[in-house]
Amino acid sequence: MIEAQHINKYFGDNHVLKNIDCRFEKGKTNLIIGQSGSGKTVLMKCLVGLFEVDSGTVSYDDRNFTTMNFTQRKHLRQEIGMLFQGGALFDSMNVEENVMFPLNMFTEQSIEEKKERVNFVLKRVNLENVNLLMTSELSGGMRKRVAIARAIAMNPAYLFCDEPNSGLDPQTAGVIDHLIGEITQEYNITTIVNTHDMNSVLSIGDSVAFIFRGELWWKGDKEDILHTENQELNDFVFGTELTSRLKK
Amino acid sequence: MLKVFETIGCYVLLMQKVFTRPQKRQIFWNQLFVEFQSLGLESLGIVAFISMFMGAVVAIQTAYNIDSPLIPMSMVGFTVRQSVILEFSPTVIGLILAGKVGSRIASEIGTMRVTEQIDALEIMGVNSANYLIFPKIVASILINPLLIIISMWLGILGGWIAMIATGLVSTNDFISGIRIDFEGYTIFYALTKTVFFAFIISSISGFFGYETRGGALEVGQASTRAVVVSSIVIILFNLVLTQLLLT
Repeated sequence: MIEAQHINKYFGDNHVLKNIDCRFEKGKTNLIIGQSGSGKTVLMKCLVGLFEVDSGTVSYDDRNFTTMNFTQRKHLRQEIGMLFQGGALFDSMNVEENVMFPLNMFTEQSIEEKKERVNFVLKRVNLENVNLLMTSELSGGMRKRVAIARAIAMNPAYLFCDEPNSGLDPQTAGVIDHLIGEITQEYNITTIVNTHDMNSVLSIGDSVAFIFRGELWWKGDKEDILHTENQELNDFVFGTELTSRLKK
Repeated sequence: MLKVFETIGCYVLLMQKVFTRPQKRQIFWNQLFVEFQSLGLESLGIVAFISMFMGAVVAIQTAYNIDSPLIPMSMVGFTVRQSVILEFSPTVIGLILAGKVGSRIASEIGTMRVTEQIDALEIMGVNSANYLIFPKIVASILINPLLIIISMWLGILGGWIAMIATGLVSTNDFISGIRIDFEGYTIFYALTKTVFFAFIISSISGFFGYETRGGALEVGQASTRAVVVSSIVIILFNLVLTQLLLT
């Protein structure tokens, strides 16, 4: 479980996150939704420590991440997997080297064991015989899947996904969503997904937090979201032509 | 002015992160050999080309400017040797490397920053500054003296070939010139400067790449800044080191 308590973050005079209080449960896919610029990515980067919070605390299973020193954070981060918006695969490495990277860095496994693990996680994300391809040779969906494979290579306890569907067609986006949902339940990990894709919300949103202008505006699950009276959330959810027609 | 001090402060803080024990020795060695290839061997061509022509030009200019019959033609060899060893190879090649290697380092690390590859390293628990910049600094410090020794040799060779081709100075005069009053200390002086310049180029370029924020435009700007600042610092340190080592 990851818990954010009274998180505030400023960029200069801009108060980006306003007193965010939120709990992300283990074994669930926890979604953070909101418009572009609402503060979702900043919140996620605060949770993983890529941005320092100005006040408030972040705890990982009752371990206070905010007060940890560099070395303690380094150890905790080995329990974290993250899928970045663009994949963030290392350009100079092929698929196998990318997925093997954390294993090379943090384990003493033999090369055979590492290769076996790489093949296992690649198979888990439905990728086979791509080990020697360079990242530039991969499609958008394949890049995301390789990034997921790398993120789960070390058996993380926490998985963060920053807009995993951006730039993907609806079908591929659905495949990625299901993969994230399955992995979360299969390995019983705490997953946090940043998204503004309503398909993701309705398919994997075990828990949904709506961020509006830097504040936690609403919290519920994928069923509650369709029946909420919250005006801002309704504007966001039914803001497109398709969803507004479906509502009618 | 405040911005300059802030930048220097950030640079020092980054260097503190860079100069730590590598996470895994084997990975560091692998990275080091990759950097030998990309920062050293891939610069050999341009270093060789510039050194040969530089030596040739110095020799021709000196030969044409010796008007007095009292000055022996062997002075051409002597001048080429002194110019190439003391200044042209360590400093001019240092500036060339600041352009070639510096822009490469800054753009490589800057691109990794804007495409979140550095964030990915941090999330995994890797000290990204140490992983990315430390092998480049060590590789530059080890490989640049080798490049400069090759440059010195080729510079003098270029001067000699120019003299043979133009017939301005005989081989005997040129060879005796490059042997006049040779002091081994000049090589030590040149290589000491080279080590300092290698550190300046790799660390400053690494810093500007690492601190890149934004997109492709900012990567280009970081690359330009890395080359400009490295060149300025090299020129300043050249003066300081010359004063310290030759007086």
